[in-house]
Amino acid sequence: MVIECKHVWDHISGYLDDSLSPETREMVQRHLEHCEICSAILDSTRNILVLTADDRVFELPVGFSDRLHARLDREIAGASGDPGKDSSD
Amino acid sequence: MSVGITVRDEEQMIASILGGDSEQYHDLIRPYEHSVYRMALSFMKNESDAEDVAQEAFLNAFRNLAAFRGQAKFSTWLISITLNEARGRLRRQSLVRMESLDETPEQGGQVSPALLRDWREVPSEALERKEIREMLQAAIGGLAPIYREVVLLRDVEELSVEETATELAISAASVKTRLHRARIMLQKALAPQLKTANPKRRWFRW
Repeated sequence: MVIECKHVWDHISGYLDDSLSPETREMVQRHLEHCEICSAILDSTRNILVLTADDRVFELPVGFSDRLHARLDREIAGASGDPGKDSSD
Repeated sequence: MSVGITVRDEEQMIASILGGDSEQYHDLIRPYEHSVYRMALSFMKNESDAEDVAQEAFLNAFRNLAAFRGQAKFSTWLISITLNEARGRLRRQSLVRMESLDETPEQGGQVSPALLRDWREVPSEALERKEIREMLQAAIGGLAPIYREVVLLRDVEELSVEETATELAISAASVKTRLHRARIMLQKALAPQLKTANPKRRWFRW
């Protein structure tokens, strides 16, 4: 069965997650083999997802960890080993 | 990619913290600082608010640690606390334009990708460049909240479809629909930009 580009686009996400039914996957696969546009769309989407998942996209600001743990220290000291106790001295 | 030599027994760590060894909380959360901050930043869109949200999330998790029952992974529980903190903060700041309530995404028309004839892979070294990182941040941050949430949970934090559905209190089918639309939107926003930012051989020194 021949399938149009527009219909292939509907399956890009499912294709990347490998969650398509075997028939649909086969149909998409065959289309991709001869359609350079859909192949480029698929490749670019996959590539973009790899990039967005990279830790470097959202970097921690300088000193983030130090400030966080200092604040936690104050909280822990306040709770003085008794979680749930509302002690503010 | 394995991170540590020993497998962390988080359940044991949590039990010790609840038993009074609060100091262990520092070690418990260390591996998740990045995830929590990233989640916060993509919601708050500025570093100082994001840091605030991240700190609050870690504090809330500490205060409510006794309520963590191990029904989810600790990392998932933390993400859910961060999500709530960020949403609450946005609501209080009235920055939310009610997008998530107005939209009925599942009924929307088809989202079309950017059409390209060929795609030259953008290598991950490209992320060394600030402009590329900012491009990606802007594209994720520019998605409507309902799409941003699924992308973050599913594609960035790599939760399963089911975990994402539970986290967002929506059906697995909705997760898939939203995810599809979100991914196509990201492709549409980013592919043309990345293509021009990725000139031939620019990445290699030889």
